[in-house]
Amino acid sequence: MSIETEDPSEIDPAEILGSAIERREDPALITGDAEYTDDIQIPRMTHMAVKRSQHAHARIEDVDTSEAEAMDGVVDVFTAEDIDVPGSLPVGWLLETLEQVDHPILAGEKVRYQGDGVAIVVAEDRYTAQDALDAIDVEYERLDAVTDPSDALNGGPEIHDDAADNVAFEWEIGNADETEEAFEEAAHTVDLEVENQLLIPNAMEPRAAVADYNPSDNQIDLAMTTQNPHVHRLLMAGVIDHPENKLSIRAPDVGGGFGSKIHHYADEALTAWAAKQVERPVKWVATRSETYQTDALGRGHETHGQVAMDEDGNITGLKVDTKANLGAYLSTFAPSIPTYLYGTLLSGQYEIPAIHCEVTGAFTNVPPVDAYRGAGRPEASYIVERLVKHAAEHMDMDPAEFRRQNFVPGDAFPYETPVAMVYDSGDYEKTLDRALEMLDYEEFRERQEAAREEGRYLGVGFSAYIEACGIAPSELVGQLGAQAGLWESSLVRFQPSGTVTAYLGTSGHGQGHDTTYSQILASELGLDIEDIDIVEGDTDEIPQGMGTYGSRSAAVGGSALVQSARKVVEKAKKIAAHQLEASEDDIEFEDGEFRVAGAPDRSMHIQDVAGAAYLAHDMPDDVEPGLEASSFYDPENFVFPFGMHAAIVEVDPDTGEIDFETYVAVDDVGNQINPKIVEGQIHGGVAQGVGQALYEGAEYDENGQLLTGSMQDYTVPKAMHVPEMETDSTVTESPHNPLGVKGVGEAGTIAAPQAIVNAVVDALEPFGVENIEMPLKEERVWRAIHENGGDA
Amino acid sequence: MSVDDTGRSDRPTQEITVTVNGESVTAEVEPRLKLSDFLRSHMELRTVRVGCEQGVCGACTVEFDGTVAKSCMLYAVQADGREVTTVEALSEDGDLHPIQEAFHEEHALQCGFCTSGFLMATRELLAENPDPDRDVIEGALADNICRCTGYQNIYDAVETAADKLEGE
Repeated sequence: MSIETEDPSEIDPAEILGSAIERREDPALITGDAEYTDDIQIPRMTHMAVKRSQHAHARIEDVDTSEAEAMDGVVDVFTAEDIDVPGSLPVGWLLETLEQVDHPILAGEKVRYQGDGVAIVVAEDRYTAQDALDAIDVEYERLDAVTDPSDALNGGPEIHDDAADNVAFEWEIGNADETEEAFEEAAHTVDLEVENQLLIPNAMEPRAAVADYNPSDNQIDLAMTTQNPHVHRLLMAGVIDHPENKLSIRAPDVGGGFGSKIHHYADEALTAWAAKQVERPVKWVATRSETYQTDALGRGHETHGQVAMDEDGNITGLKVDTKANLGAYLSTFAPSIPTYLYGTLLSGQYEIPAIHCEVTGAFTNVPPVDAYRGAGRPEASYIVERLVKHAAEHMDMDPAEFRRQNFVPGDAFPYETPVAMVYDSGDYEKTLDRALEMLDYEEFRERQEAAREEGRYLGVGFSAYIEACGIAPSELVGQLGAQAGLWESSLVRFQPSGTVTAYLGTSGHGQGHDTTYSQILASELGLDIEDIDIVEGDTDEIPQGMGTYGSRSAAVGGSALVQSARKVVEKAKKIAAHQLEASEDDIEFEDGEFRVAGAPDRSMHIQDVAGAAYLAHDMPDDVEPGLEASSFYDPENFVFPFGMHAAIVEVDPDTGEIDFETYVAVDDVGNQINPKIVEGQIHGGVAQGVGQALYEGAEYDENGQLLTGSMQDYTVPKAMHVPEMETDSTVTESPHNPLGVKGVGEAGTIAAPQAIVNAVVDALEPFGVENIEMPLKEERVWRAIHENGGDA
Repeated sequence: MSVDDTGRSDRPTQEITVTVNGESVTAEVEPRLKLSDFLRSHMELRTVRVGCEQGVCGACTVEFDGTVAKSCMLYAVQADGREVTTVEALSEDGDLHPIQEAFHEEHALQCGFCTSGFLMATRELLAENPDPDRDVIEGALADNICRCTGYQNIYDAVETAADKLEGE
């Protein structure tokens, strides 16, 4: 079933786009040649550690650092009082009703979640820094804590003076009147209350930073775990009041991110600031416990969803009311996640005439909540697909056919939804049909019936997901509140000998960009992949960039790369025409060769053109020497990948145990640059979705103490937890970008949870089970079975 | 000397002699120094990666006297008189080990941070069982976490590595 890889050196450049070649980045990563942030050693380097609050909500009465400062090997200790810069973390997305609150890099008056920083120690080594943390004495006046968004909104303890009732914002999308009317006229309505639990992203590499400060030219060099070095530079320059052009940020090898390394946290800014104070290099590396306390969480929704239908089961209206947990402060892009990345996706794959969604963002005493793989779109897909399952059951219709009946038809694209999106292209029946075929669906329903008679409970669950990625058209997101443009930039530069380096503003951290970008460029320029070098993740080398998240790198970064490559070819064509003494109109470019039309023996390879361009002895008039081009690509629209995931499970009614029989993923991510990388993204995404459905969840006690504080307690899925997957794909090109690509980084995580929950609910239908909250731990499943007496 | 590169000697230390990747090394270390930190900071062995320090993720897995062990769960002093092997010892003269080749061919890694642990676990598995089935592989990988791949391609890589080693 799995895709065979090919050796890139054996593939012709004309064939390389779309080939499942081996990854170019692997040799360094599987030997000792990779360099992650913690691998960096600089002479005279010191180590920073952060004193964190053990309370989730408390007033700081006193911080005594005297004992720590006196310790051997301690270089310096700093508290909020020492911070002589603005030191407040910014919010990159504003909403009309948003209450902006101060988010200090060290808390001075109050701590608002367990893990909020109150002091930092800089010491000669990491062990001493940790010892010194224990010697810092902080006196607190404890306050009541709240971790649940509804509780926070309904009379919970006040977390910020400026945010009455803990309301961060109130937001709506869609048409309330039309939706109300649809419900009044409906022949049938169904509703569900669901939770989408808080998740901890769990990149395998903990966050880390190494800062080196040179006082004589006021230069800070910062290496850090980042998905977007240029964005971090812009924001941090403000936070620590340092000129942007004297702050260089580099992403060494980065060990996964899943969103958690997009945001601007306090720790990395403190590392840079501290290096400036002590005038020595400073390293900070989070322990896993710290990542559990401080990495921005994902999801955290409590939602009431309602569907209106006519008598034939056509969906006529959808109403959604969500309380979104934002945690203790507003993280970098937090306001956009439960709003524009959520409410806009509520039409799913369906033609729904009227939709209305209201979201209230709540401050609570958990770590800040922001983008985690999927970011808003999994929450949207979850409520839509759970409601659709519920509605089909209510109508006594087959869930696959209920979906088919309500799909946006294949000839309706571009399709404008009632929630402000225009879907680029799609063919939803195709992925449904392929999934049904892979499941052997009709045969399964017979088996299911036979099994029930034997007291065995099998179920099938579908997830017809859609997502918006390729983030994003700058003007549009500007209107919606983004404080940044979301274009991407690239620079393609030939060297005189004919090799090429491409610089991109995206910043990969496991996605295989070195491989896929090389494939794009080899195809555009007709070069061997060996002649291409890709550079990402360094503000000193790359002119500008917005980074890697929101499944944007291929659609936006890849398009920026194509745009620069085509500018290079255009210039090279002028030079080639001059060299070949032909009119530019007569020159054709194919497979790296410029040829004079009708005279195939008169040709010049682009690598020789590069040589001529730098030699510059014989250039056409008005053409500058050199061969390079840069561009900023701003997408016209989002792109909309889609697909059908389906699971078949068996539930043991005596124990609540869930066994996978099959997991099927049929995805349409547009054209595929490297199908093996696409497949790998689906595998990994589904595994995280399985984690959410069955195992994962950040749990806090009533005092806001994290109960799932280790990878064991939290249950990051291991090999035995993840089912074997059958994957396949269809290809519906996006018309909006030159590659026809859509995006695949988040698809699996968006699709999987509801496929699994729907399957379990389907299996337990004889017990009258209509909903079980994730994660579907055995006890929860058992309780759901027994809630109605436990009789099938 | 202490391994924290500070040259300070105010805390008690203990001399240890460890064979690391075939080479005997003698060092003065603090008793509380973790083996993972010793290998990373003293021996500069970057493939020993620290993902959790709680003995769960397996990124720091090394071979310790012939069996795989999580080096964050051991102190350097416990390695006195013992043999430790890391991924650095797998590739010879720049040639990848068949297990590394298999991981490369099967796209069995994405960010690479956890991969050393999987390579060491696979090495032990295939030394004991040259032809494991999926259940056996699942069991052998139960001490390692990968957040990127969903494990599918890692299974394939272990099988491919078994074929490669059998052919040697």
